[in-house]
Amino acid sequence: MAGIPHDHYEPKSGAEKWLHSRLPIVGLIYDTIMIPTPKNLNWMWIWGIVLTFCLVLQIATGVVLAMHYTPQADMAFASVEHIMRNVNGGYMLRYLHTNGASLFFVAVYLHIFRGLYYGSYKAPREITWIIGMLIYLMMMGTAFMGYVLPWGQMSFWGATVITGLFGAIPFIGEPLQTWLLGGPAVDNATLNRFFSLHYLLPFVIAALVAVHIWAFHTTGNNNPTGVEVRRGSKEEVEKDTLPFWPYFVLKDLFALAVILAIFFAVVGFMPNYLGDPINYAEANPLSTPEHIVPEWYFLPFYAILRAFTSEVWVVQIASFLTGGIIDAKFFGVLAMFGAIAVMALVPWLDTSRVRSGRYRPMFKWWFALLCVDFVVLTWLGARPAEEPYASWSLIASTYWFLYFLVILPLLGVIEKPTAPPATIEDDFDAHYPKASDAAAAE
Amino acid sequence: MFKTLAISAVTALILSTGGGFAEVDKKKAEIENIDFSFDGPFGKFDPNQLQRGLQIYTEVCAACHGLKFVPIRTLGDEGGPALPEDQVRAYADQNFEVFDAELDDYRPAIPADHFPASALENAPDLSLMAKKRAGFHGPYGLGLNQFFKGMGGPEYITAILTGYTGEEKDQAGVTFYENTAFPSGWIAMAPPLADEQVEFEDGHKNELQDLSEDVSAFLMWTAEPKMMARKQAGFAGVLFLTVLSVLLYLTNKRVWAPVKGKKTS
Repeated sequence: MAGIPHDHYEPKSGAEKWLHSRLPIVGLIYDTIMIPTPKNLNWMWIWGIVLTFCLVLQIATGVVLAMHYTPQADMAFASVEHIMRNVNGGYMLRYLHTNGASLFFVAVYLHIFRGLYYGSYKAPREITWIIGMLIYLMMMGTAFMGYVLPWGQMSFWGATVITGLFGAIPFIGEPLQTWLLGGPAVDNATLNRFFSLHYLLPFVIAALVAVHIWAFHTTGNNNPTGVEVRRGSKEEVEKDTLPFWPYFVLKDLFALAVILAIFFAVVGFMPNYLGDPINYAEANPLSTPEHIVPEWYFLPFYAILRAFTSEVWVVQIASFLTGGIIDAKFFGVLAMFGAIAVMALVPWLDTSRVRSGRYRPMFKWWFALLCVDFVVLTWLGARPAEEPYASWSLIASTYWFLYFLVILPLLGVIEKPTAPPATIEDDFDAHYPKASDAAAAE
Repeated sequence: MFKTLAISAVTALILSTGGGFAEVDKKKAEIENIDFSFDGPFGKFDPNQLQRGLQIYTEVCAACHGLKFVPIRTLGDEGGPALPEDQVRAYADQNFEVFDAELDDYRPAIPADHFPASALENAPDLSLMAKKRAGFHGPYGLGLNQFFKGMGGPEYITAILTGYTGEEKDQAGVTFYENTAFPSGWIAMAPPLADEQVEFEDGHKNELQDLSEDVSAFLMWTAEPKMMARKQAGFAGVLFLTVLSVLLYLTNKRVWAPVKGKKTS
């Protein structure tokens, strides 16, 4: 693999040489596992492993669940109850799978916000960032379709509302929605295709994860200082980095074990905490639930979707300028997808030459506000669509766009960053004395 | 700074979602907690209570309601009512008839059959009632007390059964009964239970509150029959992972020690 110079795999025995000259797979695994990793990585760099674990967990439990599940509108709900009651360990598989989705999103949001703070999206890691955003989009699609499968009330009405968003697109909206649903409304055809895609997309995600890892193994990891690893010689590299195995594997596994202990407590003792109780009622097209609320991980963007009503002047102007083609509903859809798009484009919106937020005194505060904004949006997404929540949603949504489209481009120009350390080694040594010094002191 | 931010963000995130459901609840009457034997991480179903609940269900509820997702044989399961096998067979045989497509006729139920579905069209199936009506969202709408008190589904059922005020009204030919626990305040179900309506063989207390709690506990079991096995698995998982965490912590510390030397500050 290209990138930071380090020792490569050398086949020794005859058998190893035989294999290596035909398929250098051992070399590939060796290079991946032994990649030089900045030694100053902090605890926010563990989420990648957690996410990898989540993907494996979801696929493993999901494949077994699919063996017992029936994707048919009259039988889906009963087949989930069959899993809960009759399949050996089925209740555990299902609760691991539903709560696994939540763990997946907790980890991905922390992973994304870590990237946003330490500037992991900046050159030369734009491709890593873009692939990551694609994975995140696929995750949302997969989670949404998975939530439809139990065919409960919120499954059905959630699917109706979310696919309705595509219906808001001018001209092609209605045929597009019909095409997505496989009919005029959410029905058996919808359930069938959602099941098929819910099974397919995780494997697409797995492939994208491989590309994501390939990309940052080429550029090398970012680190809390944002200072690049010196790569003039192997000796220099060794001063700034440690091999992934065993140092970071053990660190990450420790963090994973702690997180999984909490995860198991949720699965074992309050597995329905994050779900909506009404999804234990079978889907009924004739009875709309009082409040249709998506799962928690969609709430921030759901809040942005609902924030732009026809009373907002921006919406009115857009509607006037386009002769009514962009109405409030379509504007909301554009805002929701736009909120994710601006995040994906952040490598080109952030103009600062300093990578890590640690050395950007003004950025720190705006970023902190963005974190608060995200939490507030999550909270607002679950509120009913009435005052004062509507106004608050509008303010919070505006800040989201303001941060990416105005504040980040401007900060790079007006902010005076502090000086990052010259090398990763300096940063590390500031926290820990050199091993030789410590040995001498004892 | 980032770490603190991240922690507060996650906490707020979790709290805010719990809060989401609280909003809906404000309109409903307060559902009071009952100390059921199965609440909390170590809670267990009381087989005697579940058997009393089964009797109440059979004598009263089953007239209109069904339990179509519940196989009758599970009445013999450990972690449930735990009836002996012969009693399960006798119970199925004496209480329910099911339609057999092969015979093209009705026959007495056997343990392999499910409980019948609702006999009355507007009487909801009760299999999952205790999970689809969460009564608790506190404290402060966080929902976290579920950990100790459960979701509040059985408490909601008890509140409905004991929540009748005695007021009635007729609307479009249907009689509605005022009920303090029902979201709209008026329910179409006539008061189903009264003091001493069901007699137990062992002479157990049978006031309205007792009967309501017993049948609520039984419906919690029908909704979550594997609760005890699940809690046990959760406990084993947490214990194992905690030990593993400690071992990994020590290993990690040891592997890094030569690199880090001794920590300053």
